Amino acid sequence: MNEVIQTASRRNFLGTVTAVTLSATALALLDGNDAMAAKMKDKKGGDKMMASDVGILNVALGLEHEAINAYTLGAQSGLLDKGVLDVAVLFQSHHKGHRDALIATINKMGGKAVAEKTLAQYATELNAGSIKSAGDILQLARRLELGAINAYLGVIPSLNDKALGQVAARLAADETMHWTLLNSALGGAAPAGPLSFGA
Amino acid sequence: MRPAIFAAAIILFSSTSAFAAGDVARGQILYESRCGACHSIQSNRTGPKHLGVVGRKAGSITGFDYSPALKKAKFIWTPKQLDKWLQGPSKLVRGTNMAFTVPNVEDRTAIIAYLAVAK
Repeated sequence: MNEVIQTASRRNFLGTVTAVTLSATALALLDGNDAMAAKMKDKKGGDKMMASDVGILNVALGLEHEAINAYTLGAQSGLLDKGVLDVAVLFQSHHKGHRDALIATINKMGGKAVAEKTLAQYATELNAGSIKSAGDILQLARRLELGAINAYLGVIPSLNDKALGQVAARLAADETMHWTLLNSALGGAAPAGPLSFGA
Repeated sequence: MRPAIFAAAIILFSSTSAFAAGDVARGQILYESRCGACHSIQSNRTGPKHLGVVGRKAGSITGFDYSPALKKAKFIWTPKQLDKWLQGPSKLVRGTNMAFTVPNVEDRTAIIAYLAVAK
């Protein structure tokens, strides 16, 4: 486990921590979604299609709330050294950007965004009490990121609007980047075959 | 034993004994990578917990905020119902929030095998 922590603490985990502008992320994701929402409303059965898409986006928002809180639990554990903590905070900022974009999209579509639970609830649900090391935190993060990748890719066929499908694909790409770096830090092997995500 | 509980016990027994150990092991891996974003065995998360799902009435976990559609569902989660659900949740329960599907029949079988025994 020490090797994992040492590996993870090295800057090669992520060469440079890049600052992100959340509002810019949200705006980029939302670009064009106003027109999309208006177009879908005009279609026959458009209200039901929009409600279905809002339901899917709210599930995605639930995942983002959970990811943000999981990284908070990791950061507050005192188990991460500065190098790893910086990366965890960066990944968390990506999830906050996703959250903001999803909330804005749900609101624009006339839906009600699902609320964040308390940190204590997330701690219980994620069995945070069992975390004893930096490696445990990274393994939890890797597991959640993999789940999110597969969830985002898996719901694309169910989304009625192609623009939202593209948003889901872009979210999955971010999660895949997170998974890849976490997997590398943990010394995990690269997937043996092609098309290893989302099916 | 009440009839509903007895029926659930029969379903659970018959379903668990029918699955091969290989299915269960593969099902656990698939469950964690495909279902694990929203679900876990022990805790309600974005989706409800799955402990004892085979043989349980749909929409019946106390403390989980189901969609209105699933709250109204009357059926029991049998392996057959779970198989239908994983092929297309909204085809089985129109209005459900779950949109994720498992298109491959062998993957569905393995996941259901794991769900039948997961603790």
